[in-house]
Amino acid sequence: MSTTSIHSDAPVADLDEQRAGQERFDQIIAEDSRIEPSDWMPEGYRKTLVRQMSQHAHSEIIGMQPEANWITRAPSLKRKMILMAKVQDEAGHGLYLYSATETLGVPREELVRQLLDGEAKYSSIFNYPAMTWADVGAIGWLVDGAAIQNQVPLCRASFAPYGRAMVRICKEESFHQRQGWEILYELSHGTPEQKAMAQDAVNRFYGPALQMFGPPDDDSPNSQQSMAWNIKRFSNDELRQRFVDMIVPQAEALGLTLPDPDLKWNEERGHYDFGELDWDEFMSVIKGKGPCNVQRMQHRRAAHENGAWVREAAAAYAEKQARRQQDAADTHLIGA
Amino acid sequence: MSFASSDSATRQSAGNAITPEDIIASENKAPEDVATYAMYLGDDALILAQRLGYWISRAPEMEEDVALANIAQDQLGHARFLLSYAGSAWGKTEDELAYFRDTHEFYSCRLVEQENGDFGQTIARQLIFATYQYELFSRLVDSKDETLAAVAAKALKEVMYHLDHAAQWTLRLGDGTEESHRRMQEGLYYMWPYVDELFADDDLLRDLADRGIAVLPSTLRESFDQRIQPIIEQATLEIPDVAGAFGGDRSGRFSEHRGHILGEMQVLARQFPGATW
Repeated sequence: MSTTSIHSDAPVADLDEQRAGQERFDQIIAEDSRIEPSDWMPEGYRKTLVRQMSQHAHSEIIGMQPEANWITRAPSLKRKMILMAKVQDEAGHGLYLYSATETLGVPREELVRQLLDGEAKYSSIFNYPAMTWADVGAIGWLVDGAAIQNQVPLCRASFAPYGRAMVRICKEESFHQRQGWEILYELSHGTPEQKAMAQDAVNRFYGPALQMFGPPDDDSPNSQQSMAWNIKRFSNDELRQRFVDMIVPQAEALGLTLPDPDLKWNEERGHYDFGELDWDEFMSVIKGKGPCNVQRMQHRRAAHENGAWVREAAAAYAEKQARRQQDAADTHLIGA
Repeated sequence: MSFASSDSATRQSAGNAITPEDIIASENKAPEDVATYAMYLGDDALILAQRLGYWISRAPEMEEDVALANIAQDQLGHARFLLSYAGSAWGKTEDELAYFRDTHEFYSCRLVEQENGDFGQTIARQLIFATYQYELFSRLVDSKDETLAAVAAKALKEVMYHLDHAAQWTLRLGDGTEESHRRMQEGLYYMWPYVDELFADDDLLRDLADRGIAVLPSTLRESFDQRIQPIIEQATLEIPDVAGAFGGDRSGRFSEHRGHILGEMQVLARQFPGATW
């Protein structure tokens, strides 16, 4: 057994292997091809993906809560049906993404532990409350709309399992955004009280939705490396601009306004200008001071802890069944 | 318009299945007695969907969030068909019936109104109700009322899955750990007093059954027992030794829970009467 450190004195064969792996990896990235889980990859690439993909999975799972809050009170049976389907999809998205992350060698139990222990982050938008029914619409239209803007380019992410998961997720997200838009459309074309409810929801979710793209480019240190690795394809500010350009005409069609006095078309740039976002608030929500940070974690932990005995039962049953099958097989052998 | 289900249940598969909108658009208006029967069945499905919907985001495992959401959607789908059809008798929509009837105007059985409790209680309720619905819809596909037959054909395939889901969990909880065995047995104990009412006949049911429209509940009991007993035994559990709770034959004695369930479900719709969503 060698006592030397692999860092200072790694066997030559390992170094050669690593060099060859890095060359092949660089080539795949240069060709804009895909990395599969069995391919060699730099440790930083693996870590970045585990962090990003698991955060994404956690966001889907935590993101179920604000909308699930309205399932039992949805104001029509059709809306109740659509909302249940949507929150169910989010659970499904969480599951695909945990599975895709597992291909990088981290089991789901560990990822879930990181979430429950507060080591891992999730999208801070879900720390805002869904106070009214219109919030369900605003979450669909703005939050899922921003998510789509972020996620469509991720379908081409260099890590193949992530890209494949995103293809399916994006299809469902576009249905989610449409149902949100429909909810707001019905409200904004309904009674004055309904329209006011819709406007209030849009006023509250507009800023936090724009912040879902992350801090401004000057202040986003990890973005450059992610772009060099073909994980991220567009910068935070580029994606945010696209999103604003998309929602302004949609808001007009809804008959609702966006709460930004600086929002106006810039002929020269061919884009909408918009005002400075409240990044102090963004940082404070990330640091745990959002209206629902504690509540979201409490809800998730309660579900996990209340379900422990069920998961233990399923495992115990599976063990018993395996043992019974083994016993049956043994009996068969002896009998033969 | 015909729903064309009498020859084959598989014609009502997802994709070409009937929708509540089909029922509204069809010329098939329910006579008042059939409409009341449709509310018996539709209210059960609606209340169960409401109960199961609460689990979404709270299930013991994420896969189970997906599964319970599936079952809740199936039940809500049945409710939408049945209440849309019931409403045709009086020119009312599914939402008018779901959101603007008062507590005493619902017909739901007390079993579906029971609280979710822990996962064992929810599975006990699911096992009992899915077994009952499986037997019911297996027979209702032959109803002379073609709308009810079409709804039953669609529902039957879904309920087969609900029954499988409940049976699989009953086995795992019953024959899992000591704790899960105890909780599952307790779940059956809490739900069992409300089994008898599922099989209670009344004048309306007798009349509709005579005319080949409804299934007479008492005729389902034997096959229910034959189906559920082996599952409970295989799960190393016992049929609870507990008396059936009297009353609750859909004649107006309902559980204390119903008011809370409807209070929550109807609150927003009633804040904005006449609004569309």
